[in-house]
Amino acid sequence: MWDDPVLSLDIRIGIAAFELAVEHELPLAGITALFGHSGSGKTTLLRILAGLERGAEGSIAFNGEVWQATAPQKVFVPTELRNVGYVFQDARLFPHMTVAGNLTYAEQRARRRGNAIDSATVYARFGLKPLMDRHPATLSGGERQRVAIARALLTKPRLLLMDEPLSALDARRKAEILPYISRLPTDFGVPVVYVTHSVDEVAYLADTMVVLSEGSKLAAGPVAETLARLDLGPATGRFEAGVLLEATVVQHDKLYHLTELALGGAALFVPLIDAAPGTGIRLRVRARDVVLAIRRPVEISSCNILSGKILEIVEEPQTAFAETLVEVEGGRLRARLTRQAVADLNLHGGAEVYAMIKSISLAGGVSTVARAVDVDG
Amino acid sequence: MPDLGPILVTLALATITTLLLLIMGTPLAWWLAYTRSRFKPVIEAITALPLVLPPTVLGFYLLVLFSPNTLLGSFWVTVTGSTLAFSFAGLVVASMLYSLPFMVQPLQTAFEAVGREPLEAAATLGAAPQDAFFSVAAPMAFRGFLTASVLTFAHTIGEFGVVLMVGGNIPGRTRVISIAIYEHVETLNYAEAHVLSAGLLIFSFAVLVAVYALNRRSPLNVG
Repeated sequence: MWDDPVLSLDIRIGIAAFELAVEHELPLAGITALFGHSGSGKTTLLRILAGLERGAEGSIAFNGEVWQATAPQKVFVPTELRNVGYVFQDARLFPHMTVAGNLTYAEQRARRRGNAIDSATVYARFGLKPLMDRHPATLSGGERQRVAIARALLTKPRLLLMDEPLSALDARRKAEILPYISRLPTDFGVPVVYVTHSVDEVAYLADTMVVLSEGSKLAAGPVAETLARLDLGPATGRFEAGVLLEATVVQHDKLYHLTELALGGAALFVPLIDAAPGTGIRLRVRARDVVLAIRRPVEISSCNILSGKILEIVEEPQTAFAETLVEVEGGRLRARLTRQAVADLNLHGGAEVYAMIKSISLAGGVSTVARAVDVDG
Repeated sequence: MPDLGPILVTLALATITTLLLLIMGTPLAWWLAYTRSRFKPVIEAITALPLVLPPTVLGFYLLVLFSPNTLLGSFWVTVTGSTLAFSFAGLVVASMLYSLPFMVQPLQTAFEAVGREPLEAAATLGAAPQDAFFSVAAPMAFRGFLTASVLTFAHTIGEFGVVLMVGGNIPGRTRVISIAIYEHVETLNYAEAHVLSAGLLIFSFAVLVAVYALNRRSPLNVG
């Protein structure tokens, strides 16, 4: 039996007053999100993986190949020999070269190493032809990141490391680039480690996630499972907290421009999406967009109401709020309620409730949907 | 018609000094720009010393160092058969020390402006450090190289004190323009002194205009 390839790391680093110590095995497949608030150490961890932080102690092994070790003997494979791609937050295109120059730079060095690559596919996929003669200074932020991602791919990396590549972009540009990124593992066969502090991006892109907080690993696992955990508290976001659901397209209602989705046996309605019946779809529902009721609400505008049972309630002391986990058909929902509402409605574990969903975002899974669509109830 | 000897010696001295300093000053400037060593201030201070020391002090110590009684002096005598003092080679060594800050400081500033970021990007694209230096850092610091070379060249042409101490005044070997002017004035040959002085003045002015014009152009993004 072959084990699935993993990147195993067990590293420590101290930078001024900050301490980072993480032990983990990252799957070398799909997209793994390194998630955490600023100062959690996620970028430092990514830089260590790339070999850009020389001060790190401990070990890193890529599918058994040692990149870094302190014992039994000191090993440090320099960045240029790790054959990883790195997309920086600020793109870091070379200002003294055109776009074409930047891309050829990567290609030439890959070819020298014997990594033949199909550059035409990359150019076409990222729509680079019209940009070739431009200088980086004349590109928009979105164009710059597209070139940076393409440049990293042209080195034919065994692993692509991305450090908040969308954080400098506005919402529209983000929505433009997200689909490119989500398809990288399937289209180019490269596993991705993606650093972000955005729950939306995690929900859209990642298969698994590692939650970092103050330099240590708080949790790790499949995204849907991890986002549904109430015990992580503020680490997975208060305002942005929410769950992922897997649904299937049932049919389209052309008259009202709605698409019916099946979540387990229950039906959900979202604005018309361009996907054939039977297509699997990822939905993201924020905790703040879920309202709970004891009886089935009638005569209200919200069209998505699911019946379920409360699994867990975690009250946040010193605040007005409580986080609730509700089991519905086909998944779990998080609802952010006031502690007063919990008391007034006498909510407790096992209670039967109706969950009204005010807003659902499509979090990927449909190739033609370029941006997350909100449906308001 | 002025005597061309001092002009030729001066140009040869400035050219050789600039080329040698480019080769030796670049790694030093690179180290100073990127090191986190605690010895950096000490090395920086030593590099800047020729800016503040009277040339006679520098010249005096060099003269002592060049004496055949020292390791360097005796080594030179065994290899070449003549002493370093009062020779063209000795002048080159002296000029390199004297002009060192004019090469190292603009280069260090240029490398610091490039920063680590582009070099990290180059490494992730598979470029080894040397490759990254020639393909990324050097082109990005091009203007620093130009400024450093021009200033070093010009400063070497203008040196006087060190040459007087170390080189003397041997026609065709160590008599440079500044020494020639000094001698013309001593011998009351003002006409010759005028020609050489005016030449140096115009040359220095032209060089500085060139440097400032180069630095005025918008940063990077060269075609």
